[in-house]
Amino acid sequence: MTAFGVSRADRLTGMPVNPDYAGREYPPAGPFPVTAAEISAFAEAIGSTSPAHRDAAAAQALGHADVVAPPTFAVRLAQQCEAQLIQDPGAGIDFSRVVHGEEGFTHHRPITAGDALTGVLHVDRVREAGGHGMVSTRVELSDAEGQPVTTVRSTIVVRGEG
Amino acid sequence: MSELTTDTAALTRTVTVDRARLVDYANASGDQNPIHQDAEFARSVGLPDVIAHGMWTMGAALDVVTAYVGGDPGRVLSCTTKFTGMVVVPEGETVEVLVEGVVRKTDEEAGTQTIEVAATCAGEKVLGRCQAVVRA
Repeated sequence: MTAFGVSRADRLTGMPVNPDYAGREYPPAGPFPVTAAEISAFAEAIGSTSPAHRDAAAAQALGHADVVAPPTFAVRLAQQCEAQLIQDPGAGIDFSRVVHGEEGFTHHRPITAGDALTGVLHVDRVREAGGHGMVSTRVELSDAEGQPVTTVRSTIVVRGEG
Repeated sequence: MSELTTDTAALTRTVTVDRARLVDYANASGDQNPIHQDAEFARSVGLPDVIAHGMWTMGAALDVVTAYVGGDPGRVLSCTTKFTGMVVVPEGETVEVLVEGVVRKTDEEAGTQTIEVAATCAGEKVLGRCQAVVRA
């Protein structure tokens, strides 16, 4: 049976996400260059107070190579990787029914301006709860040398029909 | 063992959000979902009005943790949250979110602390089990 066939069959039984997608890994996305302007714009939008997001000298005084991203900045890169799943017709996800359930970041090292990060999307878990689909993904961001930088875990809820 | 400074007073703050800030966050994060900018669209999918990005709230709330560790984002090792409530942002209004962090655990051996952050808007908890582990 094709993935699309499974998706359609499961949609008929009320499962809003194709359960066969659990365990799937997508090809690397990126590299995404990280600029000082992007970091400062993100910091400004969340009302961050630290000069280390905006001022290279302040960041260097703390031992960093350049301005440092806020702890949740990696979502900007992770969501570009997660789009591979959301936009995958075989996954059967209706984006207009998606609600964000959980998010988590593990920083293996800080993200700084000048990084060029590549992300690999993993679908860790697909399950159903109360007629809703719940999809847990993990994006492993690594640098140009292939070293791990940030692990981004996200759970989305796809609201069932009715 | 810790020579790193921390500032407990920095763990409590009121942050504000309005429509312009949500547009700034949409552009900065790349999340252009119209439920965060367009009231008509938001209502068409069953929401009361435009709501803030959950990730805006998480980012804004966790800045108290960065401030706690002397403004060094590199000392924030991990952070996680559940999204339990909505921050509704009506046109022309500035909405307040009260952020209160507390130190939940100190691991002397690892040199880390776990900070739990509560975020409350209009009397409702909008983040659940929001925690960060910091080098401290």
